[in-house]
Amino acid sequence: MSDMYSKKVMDHFQNPRNVGEIKDASGVGEKGNPTCGDIMKMYIKVGKKNGKEIIEDIRFQTFGCGAAVATSSMITEMVKGKTLEEAEKISNAQVAEALGGLPPIKMHCSNLAANALQDAITNYRDNLGTK
Amino acid sequence: MKHIYLDHAATTPVSKDVFDAMQPYFREKYGNPSSIYKLGQEAKSAVEHAREEVADMLGAKPREIIFTSGATESNNLALKGVAFYWSQNLKKKPHIIISSIEHHSVLDTAEYLEKNFGFEVTKLPVSKEGIVDPTDLESVIKDNTVIVSVMYGNNEVGSIQPIKELGEVIKRVNAKRVRPLQNNGKSHDFEHENSLQGSDPCSQPIVFHTDAVQAFQYLDCDVKGLGVDMLSLTGHKFYGPKGVGLLYVKSGTKFLSQQQGGAQERGLRAGTENVPYIVGMAKAMSDTRKQLTISKQQIADLRDYLVKRIAAEIPDVVLTGPEIGKKRLPHIASFIFKKIEGESILINLDLLGIAASSGSACTSGSLASSHVLTAMGYDDLLAHGSIRFSLGKMNSKEEIDEMMKHLPQIVEKLRGMSPIK
Ligand SMILES: Cc1ncc(COP(=O)(O)O)c(C=O)c1O
Ligand code: FES
Repeated sequence: MSDMYSKKVMDHFQNPRNVGEIKDASGVGEKGNPTCGDIMKMYIKVGKKNGKEIIEDIRFQTFGCGAAVATSSMITEMVKGKTLEEAEKISNAQVAEALGGLPPIKMHCSNLAANALQDAITNYRDNLGTK
Repeated sequence: MKHIYLDHAATTPVSKDVFDAMQPYFREKYGNPSSIYKLGQEAKSAVEHAREEVADMLGAKPREIIFTSGATESNNLALKGVAFYWSQNLKKKPHIIISSIEHHSVLDTAEYLEKNFGFEVTKLPVSKEGIVDPTDLESVIKDNTVIVSVMYGNNEVGSIQPIKELGEVIKRVNAKRVRPLQNNGKSHDFEHENSLQGSDPCSQPIVFHTDAVQAFQYLDCDVKGLGVDMLSLTGHKFYGPKGVGLLYVKSGTKFLSQQQGGAQERGLRAGTENVPYIVGMAKAMSDTRKQLTISKQQIADLRDYLVKRIAAEIPDVVLTGPEIGKKRLPHIASFIFKKIEGESILINLDLLGIAASSGSACTSGSLASSHVLTAMGYDDLLAHGSIRFSLGKMNSKEEIDEMMKHLPQIVEKLRGMSPIK
């Protein structure tokens, strides 16, 4: 079963980066995967750098498969320090590619991470609006 | 890395004795059983000897055994064979009853017939323990019911179904519905002609089929005792080879062959017999029968040890299926580890060289949560966290100890990552 995933996927699965929650998060996103019923939660802490909003810190929690763990770990590494605009643009395909590919049946899992991140950013902006 | 194999419900290794018994039929006695010369007749007699042997173990007649490529084919043949036969001989479309916890080879076949041919399908509910209630069967039988298929032992949670009681329900219904047969001499044999005299909706006897794949090595499978008309087995769950199986069909049961070609298996299943594998399956079955009582106890003891340790050392775990000691196969123990997902546990175990599975082997490549656990009333989240351990005769207490060195930490680590509180 571990053979089904690339080395990079297995590395992120065994040593997931940025796991956990952020207590005073600026935005929290949660997505359920309609295909498999798995769940992903993303927490972001937004800060300012050169007048732009950037993701200062990011954490995730998942009730998901190996690919869900690896893609969320990967995406947190990819977007840390990036501006919100840059972070929003990251696609599922890019995450999968950065991991050296995913088995076809597991491609939908990468949606979970990217969607939860987008949800967290939206949540952050909604929070801003109401402040 | 030492390998610990805890997935015997998925498959088992071919035993040395079985392997040895198969060997001559690859390179020396390689004849085609349909050939008339000596080499062919040698192969034929090996197949017929195997047929007698397996028939004897099932309390059947040799002519009631059809060798197939495995239980998937046997289950397909049973359901399609009976349903298609009656679809031509009934005024209404045939109605099929299965349990809601069948293996996909029964479940998907029924759904295929429903979707593509408009046959009616009813799925019997099960209790929280995963057991069908015979009174439920009674209430869903209709005029056009032609076959009932309920597995003997469930492959995911190990629950044992009340086959005898279900058979009695069917017998009672059949006694009322079947008119005395015109004794044309044919009624005691398989019939696969397309017409039936006087086929008003209620004259057809309901055929009772059971998938006994997981049960054979631990439970009595005497077909008369069980009261079944059809029974499926596959070779590789009891130290025999993969790709060979059988379907028992009681004499007189009407069904249509699903594979056309040569006249093998009395015209009921065309295709050159898989001689070495048939020999291997028969050998595996007879070895299993000889060791039945010892291995049953040994495996149940080991299972109890595993269950005890998991319950004591890991919080928030549910053993699915019937309580220990009750209506349950000895080799299967499935657990729901709350708040975490099955595949992640399996990968972690795999990295340590430990083989187990989530739900059934066939579904671990798919995404849907187990239909068995769902039918037993577990919600989707719980049905996703299920791991099945299934034991075999080579497993030891030391292997369980080794696994238990790691499992609690794996569960703890994954729970630490879970968003579910
Ligand atoms: C209960 C049950 N039925 C049917 C099968 C199908 O057997 P096979 O894959 O050998 O055809 C299996 C196992 O795979 C099983 O566990
Ligand atoms: S299968 Fe559900 S997230 Fe991958």
